[in-house]
Amino acid sequence: MELSSEPQNLNPTIYERTEDRIIQESDYDNDVRDEIDRREIFDLIRSINDPEHPLTLEELHVVDLDGITIDNQTNTVQVQFRPTIPHCSMATLIGLSIRAKLLYTLPTRYKVGVNIFEGAHIQESQINKQLNDKERVTAALENQHLRAVVNRCITTSES
Amino acid sequence: MIGELIELQTLEASDDRIWCVAWNPIGTLLASCGSDKMIKLWGREGERNWICKSTMNDSHTRSIRSVAWSYCGNRLASAGFDAKVSIWERQGQEFVLQTILEGHENEVKDVAFSRSGLYLATCGRDKSVWIWEYNEEENDFACAAVLTTHTQDVKQLKWHPQKDILASCSYDDTIKIFIEDSDDWSCACSLESHTSTVWACDFDATGKRLVSCSDDRTLKIWQAYEKNNQEGIRSTNGIYPVWKCVCTISGYHKQPIYDVKWCPLTGLIATACGDNSIRIFREEESKQKDSPPSFSLIASNTQAHLQDVNRLSFNPKEAGLLASCSDDGTIKLWRIEQKLM
Repeated sequence: MELSSEPQNLNPTIYERTEDRIIQESDYDNDVRDEIDRREIFDLIRSINDPEHPLTLEELHVVDLDGITIDNQTNTVQVQFRPTIPHCSMATLIGLSIRAKLLYTLPTRYKVGVNIFEGAHIQESQINKQLNDKERVTAALENQHLRAVVNRCITTSES
Repeated sequence: MIGELIELQTLEASDDRIWCVAWNPIGTLLASCGSDKMIKLWGREGERNWICKSTMNDSHTRSIRSVAWSYCGNRLASAGFDAKVSIWERQGQEFVLQTILEGHENEVKDVAFSRSGLYLATCGRDKSVWIWEYNEEENDFACAAVLTTHTQDVKQLKWHPQKDILASCSYDDTIKIFIEDSDDWSCACSLESHTSTVWACDFDATGKRLVSCSDDRTLKIWQAYEKNNQEGIRSTNGIYPVWKCVCTISGYHKQPIYDVKWCPLTGLIATACGDNSIRIFREEESKQKDSPPSFSLIASNTQAHLQDVNRLSFNPKEAGLLASCSDDGTIKLWRIEQKLM
């Protein structure tokens, strides 16, 4: 993957961040069964840094709550993301960062799918296929250079 | 269900993903490899217990994707994401690194010895399939052909059980059949029907049929039609056999199917799936002579492993003994029991 020095989308629209999750009393109660919900998935990925801008994926509206589904019966998580421009060459890297972040933080029982919102990228199907091929994802994250770039994206001051 | 999949033993092989398991041709040793860059050999201790007999951990610098045995059982090959293929040779009870084959640009994904012992095939992300020829005098392998027919990542290779015919599976959704024709290797047939990555394939004992598994969550059975076949199915050049999909098995697998094996002893088909399951299929006896084949699920374990099941291996001597490996770092041994109706 080539990283150009010039950002492709020079003037992206910046969106407001959502409020922090409101902590309920029951959240502190160990007797209440508390399954992972989509808001928690969102909280894991919204602070991922964009590879080009000093902004998060949430601020660029690349990820939002509506793009996330979770099914705790089948242990499946689906994340859809929206590259800021339909020919964004960073799309694979963004998807890989989302995948890496969830791989490192979610319990291993979850089957995670990461896909581009339908129609949001000119190479949508190729990128989706690559992001959901576990062999290629593993190989990419073993690559030192790529892993360093991904780690920069997923390291956040909050975490 | 008219069969049962009985768990015999769990081997805690690694803290990391186990990519591949493979029995040696006499069924006494099981080789495994994975993301921890180690190859382990497992053997029997007493009647029932399998333990790790030796570990080789100084050959690859990245994940080892697969291991394969030569038909004589004296040689072992490993394919690594570090672009290298290592050849190991038996010396007494140990396997010693004999040579390293370099040529692939990046990740090597599979390696396989031909039944004749004359050839070794390798494939990888650089979209190529390499055929290496064994030179007995020099006890070495030399590149005989680089086949670039696939348009994407080549995932897995399988040699015909009797002949020097190679099948390769790819991210380009196809399987290609390669044969040698007057010292030249060429693609004899492209099998196109899957709608996503073909992860693996396997021949039946006769080599006349092939089963494949895919990211599209289906299995397909393919049949070879030799030249001048009764059905009148002709290949493009009229010489090579042409392969046709005769059966699709869908609806069972919930995630990509990473491996499929066709047991030469029992005729059973076993699958390894991303939904943590192992499934066993058996062919139904056809009522009419020319009716297409059909397969039914006779046994399964939907929680065979805690994570994706990556590869399976049928013991070549002990009918019904199956090994599996997973992202959960374990290897499991299973016995398949078929019940009478």
